[in-house]
Amino acid sequence: MVSVTIIDRAGREETVEAAPGLSVMETIRQAGFDELEAMCGGSCSCATCHVYAQGEGLVPLSADEDDLLDSSDHRRADSRLSCQIRLSAALEGLRVTIAPED
Amino acid sequence: MVAGGGDPVDVLIVGGGHAGAQCAIALRQNGYAGSVAIVGREHEPPYERPPLSKEYFAREKSFERLYIRPPQFWEEKDIALLLGCEVVKVDPAAKQVVLSDGTMMTYGTLVWAAGGDPRRLPCAGSDLAGVHAVRTRADCDQLMGETDGGVKRVTVIGGGYIGLEAAAVLTKMGVAVTLLEAASRVLARVAGPDLSAFYEAEHRAHGVDLRTGVAVERLIGIPGGRVTGVALQDGTVVAADAVIVGIGIVPAVAPLIAAGAAGANGIDVDAFCRTSLPDVYAVGDCASFACDFADGAVMRVESVQNANDQATCVAKALCGEARPYRALPWFWSNQYDLKLQTAGISVGYDQTVLRGDPAARSFSVIYLKTGRVIALDCVNAVKDYVQGRKLVEAQACPDPGCLANDRLPLKGLA
Repeated sequence: MVSVTIIDRAGREETVEAAPGLSVMETIRQAGFDELEAMCGGSCSCATCHVYAQGEGLVPLSADEDDLLDSSDHRRADSRLSCQIRLSAALEGLRVTIAPED
Repeated sequence: MVAGGGDPVDVLIVGGGHAGAQCAIALRQNGYAGSVAIVGREHEPPYERPPLSKEYFAREKSFERLYIRPPQFWEEKDIALLLGCEVVKVDPAAKQVVLSDGTMMTYGTLVWAAGGDPRRLPCAGSDLAGVHAVRTRADCDQLMGETDGGVKRVTVIGGGYIGLEAAAVLTKMGVAVTLLEAASRVLARVAGPDLSAFYEAEHRAHGVDLRTGVAVERLIGIPGGRVTGVALQDGTVVAADAVIVGIGIVPAVAPLIAAGAAGANGIDVDAFCRTSLPDVYAVGDCASFACDFADGAVMRVESVQNANDQATCVAKALCGEARPYRALPWFWSNQYDLKLQTAGISVGYDQTVLRGDPAARSFSVIYLKTGRVIALDCVNAVKDYVQGRKLVEAQACPDPGCLANDRLPLKGLA
C-alpha cells in the first residue's frame, strides 16, 4: 500500500493507505472526499480533478495534462490532474491538496 | 431511513445516474441538512456510464472503479438509496409519488433526473436474444458474456458516439464489426462533415465494415431465439451473432408528463431547472431547456457535463443560492487512440474552419455562426480545446484565416 495525504479545500487533512495502480483521483474519491468533481471519470478530458501535488517520484506531466491545466485560473507550479497520477511505491508519502473550484 | 408513507423526504431525487448522484452530493456539500433520497431503477449505487462503452468493456477497469462515490459514502452522508425501483406515478398536488413496488412517498421537493431509455428499433426482430443496448452495467455485462462465449460478428446499428465507441472497443478485441448508419454520414446529428469523414476513415482503417445510408428492414433470427442477421431495405443481409442498437434515447419522463408537467421531448424547464409543476425540478438528459449556447434554442443535452452542472444548479438553489443555469456544454469521446473533445453546441453553424491536419490525426473543426465561434470539435488537440472554449464563451468573431492557421494559438484570437 502507498500512504497518501489528502488535504481538502477547508484544510482538513487525512492520510490514507491506497492500492498501487489506482489513480490519485480514485484514491481521493474512495477516501470519501466529495469535493473532486472528476467529471470525465479520469480520462484526461477535463480539468475537474485538479490538485496540487508535492512529493518525490512524480512523473512529469504529459502535454495533454499540461494543456488542460492551463484552463484553470488556479494553476500553480505543482498543479496536476489527479487522474493522471498513478500510485506506486515510488510515491510513498505523497501530499495532494484539492485545488479551488474554477 | 425512508419509510413508505412515513415522514416526507425533503428532497426526493428520481434517478441514480450522474445527475441524480451529483444533486445529492452537491446538496450535502452546500450544507443541506434535510433528508435526501435517491430512487434508482438499477440495483447498483450510482456509477459512471461513459466507461461502459470504453474501459469497462475493454476490461481495463473493474466495475468497482466506476462508482461515482464508494458505496459507504451514501450512508455516511445520510443519503438514502432506494435501488431497484422507479417512480411510476406523481401526484403534484399531494406532493406524493408511487414507486414500482407500490410504496407511496411524500416529498418536499422532487428532482426528476431519470435520464432516458435506449430507443428501440421499430422493426421486426428487435426483441430477439442477442440484441443489446449499451447504457447500463447490465447491458454491458450481457454483451461481454456473449463475446466471452464466442460471439465473433457484431453488427452495430447507429453511427453516433455510443455506436462508434462500441465498434472501436469490439474491433480492438478482435470481433468483426459491421456498423450501419441510416444517414449519409456518421455523427450527422452532432458534428459537421469533416469530423464524420475522419471517423469513418479511422473505423474503416481499423477493419470496421462501416456502411452509411443504409436502412434496416428487420432483424433476422430464430423465432423466440437468437438474432442471426440484419436484413437491409436494399435486400442485403448482414450476418451477425449479436446486434448493438445505438440509436439514441427516449427520455424517461412518462409519469411526470402524466402528472401534468409541460414537455414533449423531455420535461420543459426554465433557467433554474424548474418544471411547470410546483417544487418539481428536472435535470440531465431528460430536461429540455433554452440553451444559452445555442442562441436560446430549446433542446436536451445528453452529456455528463450537463447532468452534473444542472444537478449542481438545483442543489445550490435548494440551499438558497438560486442562479440561472449557464454552463458551457462540453463532451468527450475516446475511440482507438483518438481523444475527441467538444466545446459548445454546433447546431446552426453556417461555416466551418479546419485547423490542423486530419491526416496527422491531430486537428480541430471550428464551427462559426455569422462569424462567431459557437463550437469546436478537437481531435488529439487538447490545446485547441482549452483555448477554443474561451472563444465560445467570449462569443469571439476571429478572422477565419487566423483560426485555420495552426501556428497561431487560439488564445490570441479572442
